[in-house]
Amino acid sequence: MDLALRPEASVVLVALVLVVYFEMTANNFLTDANLQTLSQFVAAPVILACGEIMLLICREIDLSVGQVFALAPFVMEKAYNAGLPVVGAIVAALIVCALVGLVIGLITVHLNVPSFITTLGMFFLITGITLTISRGFPADTPNAGVLNNILGGWGYAEFLWALGLVAVMHTVLRHTRWGLHTIATGGNAIAAAEAGINIDRIKIGNFIITSTLGGFCGILEAFRIGSTDPLAGGSNIMFLGVASGVIGGTAIAGGTGTIIGGLVGGIVLGILQDGFTLQGINAFMFDTIIGGAILLAMIANIQMARWRGMRPQ
Amino acid sequence: MTSPKPHTHHTHGSEALRADGIVKRFGSVEALSGVGMHVSFGEMLGILGDNGAGKSTLLKILTGFHQPDAGTIHVNGQQQTLNSVDRARSLGIECVYQDLALVNGLSIYHNMFLNRELVRSGPFRLLNHRAMRQRAMDALADIGVNIPNVDQEVGRLSGGQRQAIAVARAVHSDARILLLDEPLAAMGAREAGQIISLIERLKARGDIAIVMIAHNYAQTLEVCDRVMLMQHGTVTYESHAAETSPAELLEIVRREYREMRGG
Repeated sequence: MDLALRPEASVVLVALVLVVYFEMTANNFLTDANLQTLSQFVAAPVILACGEIMLLICREIDLSVGQVFALAPFVMEKAYNAGLPVVGAIVAALIVCALVGLVIGLITVHLNVPSFITTLGMFFLITGITLTISRGFPADTPNAGVLNNILGGWGYAEFLWALGLVAVMHTVLRHTRWGLHTIATGGNAIAAAEAGINIDRIKIGNFIITSTLGGFCGILEAFRIGSTDPLAGGSNIMFLGVASGVIGGTAIAGGTGTIIGGLVGGIVLGILQDGFTLQGINAFMFDTIIGGAILLAMIANIQMARWRGMRPQ
Repeated sequence: MTSPKPHTHHTHGSEALRADGIVKRFGSVEALSGVGMHVSFGEMLGILGDNGAGKSTLLKILTGFHQPDAGTIHVNGQQQTLNSVDRARSLGIECVYQDLALVNGLSIYHNMFLNRELVRSGPFRLLNHRAMRQRAMDALADIGVNIPNVDQEVGRLSGGQRQAIAVARAVHSDARILLLDEPLAAMGAREAGQIISLIERLKARGDIAIVMIAHNYAQTLEVCDRVMLMQHGTVTYESHAAETSPAELLEIVRREYREMRGG
């Protein structure tokens, strides 16, 4: 396919324009120190986007993934203190996260509660659980030697994990039956069911994937920072994940989406945050400018997609 | 995709599908009161009638979606109970709906292989895009549908092309009794012409039986070998297409309206 016609093309262009702009207007944009900071801005939203994109494609959403993000390091700490080795503690935390996704999926699919509401409930419920088991105090991340560096201690580690997860989830979406059936479930649930696809299973599975990725992302952050605050993550990181996917070209109405687009969308958001910080924008104005920039980037993206759609095949 | 099975019974002229004395009630409403129909391989039956005449109910009984309250169904000469869509499908009965069947966001070849995808050997069972693309092109060429690029998203196709893809998918999955639900509805003359010639090519193969539900008398008489007219849950008229005319069918319906007005 013509490279310029790919859905990710327009948002890649937006990212390049932003890089050029900040390189020209801010000092030190393309320096190793800043790229490291930028990569840390970008990693978490991109990892969360991988799950949210799968859910958006099958017409669901998870508002509680930022809460699972905060819960996972505390479960890991409890398991570690209970005597499990670090890797075992991580696995235990991920299993708990997967169970959260399973519960969300079962309530949404079998009790017909819209996922917006299911996960809104989960949002508060998990916040309460995290605050309770932490008693409101931050948790220290276990010290596991070289594993700490691999899991986020080294400057670019979290970003490399994000890239790896993007590669895996891109393959799942484009090159497995699971991905195809996810698109079919969101694109035309009747046709998918008629063809014999178990759309309940697809949705529940994608809730599990999203929660597990959210928990893993929280664990990576815990290893990067060295401790975890019970109020880490939350709605802010969740919305950055959803926004990365949507800016990257995933339709909120379901049926289409791209993981690679989510990566580029996350990079665009990261560049905006990082670039404006370098420029020394007034802290009070910061969110206003970010919001306006997101709107502008989206308008440009949609206009380009429209222009692309009008071109003869 | 299923491997080709020997179609020993599917010989031209032998009876593919037969329904006798079909009765279907929904609460106190009798939607079908003793309807019969039959169609042979290599033959095309058109079912005409107004909304509420019972055409769709009959179709849903033949696809196994509804179960009749009375009556018998024979497939390939053997009495069968079509108690589910899967059961009917396993007997080679497939219904093609114009708009419900395809996923817009997926390519033509993905749609043709939906839930029957070809995967590569190996632990990850990755999709074999190349093989599916090639087989989809072959399947379309096989029934004479000219689509240059099977990578195109189905959402960008015209109604006629979508209908052709849906028909091709059914035929390719070994359906030998095709039920077409309003295949020419909302279609321009040129597109309708393309679908009609596709249907005629399928009919000419001799191993496929086609039942078409339609509104348009002239079109139906043009493509079908036989037609039957349904009114109020019964078959009121049946004829070879060559032996009747739109005017005659219209007159039967008009007579009924006059009676209903108490004239």
